[in-house]
Amino acid sequence: MRSRSGGSTEPQGRRPRRITAGRIGLYAFLLTAALFFLLPLWIMLVTSLKPMEEIRLGNIVALPAALTFEAWGKAWSSACTGLACDGISVGFWNSVRILVPSVILSIALGAVNGYALSLWRIRGANLLFGILLMGAFIPYQVFLYPLVRIFSAVGVYNSLSCIVIVHAIFGLPTMTLLFRNYYAGIPADLFKAARVDGGGFWTIFLRVILPMSTPMLVVATILQVTGIWNDFILGLTFAGRENLPMTVQLNNIVHSTQGERAYNVDMAATMLAALVPLAVYFVSGRWFVRGIAAGAVKG
Amino acid sequence: MNSISIQAPRAGVLVRRGRRRVGRGLPAALALLPTALVVLVVYVGCMLWTVRLSFTGSTLLPRYDWVGFAQYVRLFANDRFLTSAGNIVIFGILFITGCLILGFLLAVFIDQNVRGEGVLRTIFLYPYAMSFIVTGVAWQWFLNPGLGLQKLMRDTGFPGFTFDWLVNPDMAIYTIVIAGIWHGAGLTMAILLAGLRGVDSDLWKAARVDGVPAWRYYLSVVLPLLRPMVVTATVLLATGVVKLYDLVVAMTLGGPGISTEVPAKFVMDHLFERNNIGLGTAAATIMLIAVVSILAPWVYARYVREEGGRV
Repeated sequence: MRSRSGGSTEPQGRRPRRITAGRIGLYAFLLTAALFFLLPLWIMLVTSLKPMEEIRLGNIVALPAALTFEAWGKAWSSACTGLACDGISVGFWNSVRILVPSVILSIALGAVNGYALSLWRIRGANLLFGILLMGAFIPYQVFLYPLVRIFSAVGVYNSLSCIVIVHAIFGLPTMTLLFRNYYAGIPADLFKAARVDGGGFWTIFLRVILPMSTPMLVVATILQVTGIWNDFILGLTFAGRENLPMTVQLNNIVHSTQGERAYNVDMAATMLAALVPLAVYFVSGRWFVRGIAAGAVKG
Repeated sequence: MNSISIQAPRAGVLVRRGRRRVGRGLPAALALLPTALVVLVVYVGCMLWTVRLSFTGSTLLPRYDWVGFAQYVRLFANDRFLTSAGNIVIFGILFITGCLILGFLLAVFIDQNVRGEGVLRTIFLYPYAMSFIVTGVAWQWFLNPGLGLQKLMRDTGFPGFTFDWLVNPDMAIYTIVIAGIWHGAGLTMAILLAGLRGVDSDLWKAARVDGVPAWRYYLSVVLPLLRPMVVTATVLLATGVVKLYDLVVAMTLGGPGISTEVPAKFVMDHLFERNNIGLGTAAATIMLIAVVSILAPWVYARYVREEGGRV
């Protein structure tokens, strides 16, 4: 696995052979699987591009006969999310406003924690880390109600800062683990040198460690951007009505339309909500897999 | 993947110095302070608080009386909770085995030096990038009997075709399993594929010389070698099982009836909509106990016992 994650350069496994029944079966399986994975996306896409009459009468997988982008416009700016009918754009911008500070805060905390835990000996640090790790597995439902009480008591409940803090709190385990494992692999001589030069905790972090952290920062950003963008339960509970993220707004659009459901608008809104994480996925490629694998509390 | 888990060099000198000179370690301790506070207040404090509330008769507002196990007795006589618990077991078993089997097959097949490997991998994994809400809405649309798959099949020459699982109380939970597998199988594939790439190709040559059929080779030789990856994937999928909430909310809202209720949703509904904090926190506590009893041995083995060595 070392350097040959490239895969395509020198494939392992069996050598390719002439076209045999087995080979055909292999491709048949892979293509069927590809179809299974692509079908929902395809259906969303074509549905979002059809007028409602065509959806009611036509074939769900067929290309639109009368191509229209009307549903996308509606989904973006005038679909009803509960009482308000301002479209999912509201949710989009809310998600952006939640995303940016949450990602920065959680990564900053994770990096500092990882650095302190992997390179400095602090009493009780292992216990701290152990509890944090367990925390990664414990369902949110165990913490939510007391957290709501605490935030109400402090007076920040249902606000942008509230949801940002919550994302930082629940991002702590994964982010800390990620950076701790990464920093544990940095050569010890480097620190010795930095220490001999009289570098303190923060100096070493900012001058030596942080510049070396680019790969992990990328991985952490991918992980947090998709994770926070896709979050539903925390946004629903802590963001407050003014700041509901896109996932919550999407769910409201889909479930709260009065009268006949506009499937094309629903699907356009769904596509819009999927756009950011999909873009991250397609741009980041292999880094994405690395990110999930690293976040898998495996390291 | 493995490039991240490098053998931990014991930064001996630095560590020992930092320890001897307490002053030097102080900034490090201060830097950890916010996290220590969060761990203490949220991860420990809120958890204990929830457990404490489960022993009270709290309804709309928390009360701090003591009613013993009364909430738990009510909980285990509650149809909705029992259905939820049953559902999460069904979902957990089928989702994890489904993802592992499909993910393993995809990984093995992709590893056969196929054309378009990169494209296929991208297709298999993209669902994982999307939220459960998006996944749920997409599958709800695809599986709705009136306009979705069922209509499609009937229109294309199978007038008797019926696929109404989404609205059938006995089958609805399986539609959630299908959507879940669609979301998670690619991840399993990615993890197992990384493992497959590390298997020595000489093993296959040796097996071929011995006349071992390919399926036997993968089942008896490769699969055991992939054990660590299988464990990683399983743990990752299992955490997804416990969190199952969004997908249900987007796809069925727990219906038809209560047929697709799950524990996470039971807790959320009782805490924030049904004003029954006592019962909600009792259900949350049961979730906690279930998770801890499943994961504690694994976490202990992996992180606490091996603390000194490979991290």
